[in-house]
Amino acid sequence: MTFIIPILSGALFGAGLLVSGMTDPSKVLGFLNIFGLWDPSLILVMGGGLIVSFLGSRWAQGTQKPWFDITFSWPKKQKIDGALVIGSAIFGIGWGLAGICPGPAIAGLGSFIPSIILFFLPMIAGLFLGHWTRNFWESKNVG
Amino acid sequence: MSDFHFCKVKECVVMNIDWLSFTPGSSLIGGMLIGLAASLLLLGQGRVLGASGILLSAFVERAGWRQIFIASVFITPLILMQTNIIPSNITPVDEIWRIICGGLLVGFGAQLGSGCTSGHGICGLARLSKRSLVAVVTFMVTAMLTVALLGTGINS
Repeated sequence: MTFIIPILSGALFGAGLLVSGMTDPSKVLGFLNIFGLWDPSLILVMGGGLIVSFLGSRWAQGTQKPWFDITFSWPKKQKIDGALVIGSAIFGIGWGLAGICPGPAIAGLGSFIPSIILFFLPMIAGLFLGHWTRNFWESKNVG
Repeated sequence: MSDFHFCKVKECVVMNIDWLSFTPGSSLIGGMLIGLAASLLLLGQGRVLGASGILLSAFVERAGWRQIFIASVFITPLILMQTNIIPSNITPVDEIWRIICGGLLVGFGAQLGSGCTSGHGICGLARLSKRSLVAVVTFMVTAMLTVALLGTGINS
């Protein structure tokens, strides 16, 4: 199995998060502060990311199989359910509290700033708790 | 910040844009790098770049591409910051409770909602997924409301 793609993709992702300002909580919170002094920069992060990702998705959708794997692993879920809405709402509250989301939490660790590490550890605990909660939710709501 | 109710109607209607903090160039370039990363992972391995999902799986699944990806996301900015090729400009919120609760809620919500800013925001929206559109609108609204209620938490 080749590791070139995850190394390159991870490097581009990490560098992109740093260059864009996503690793800086004050920058993210400045964007979320839409009713106050508002920094619109993150619109350009999302816009630039979406344009390139859209072209990449289009290319992939017209391809039989990925370059180094057997098949595309497209997300299977289609239904808009309570877990999606409630989970996203909780995610947004956490994002608004600290100004950090999962990608920048990993990319920002290398700054060795204590607050970033202090965010990372409970985030891991939250990922596990959320995972179990979703499994429980889905087992109760089958069919 | 808190003298909102003192302001005149005209000032309240017009958005208050922070031009001093606005970084259109680096944000656009950084965003395009993120999009390139997502496209590469999709075209190369057939995988959706969702940071929270890959991170959790890297902890529970056997060694594979996920651990390599996470290591690269960690090491690349570390090198760029520590060598000052790209100066780290990281100002966290002052209050510790916001950081700890924020981490817990971000992790929990990302898993319950099947994705975060990268998986839903960059990959899902690009595939025109309705689920991702609902997720992005929902977390944008609650995040903005949280900041509207509590402030940005950065006073330094």
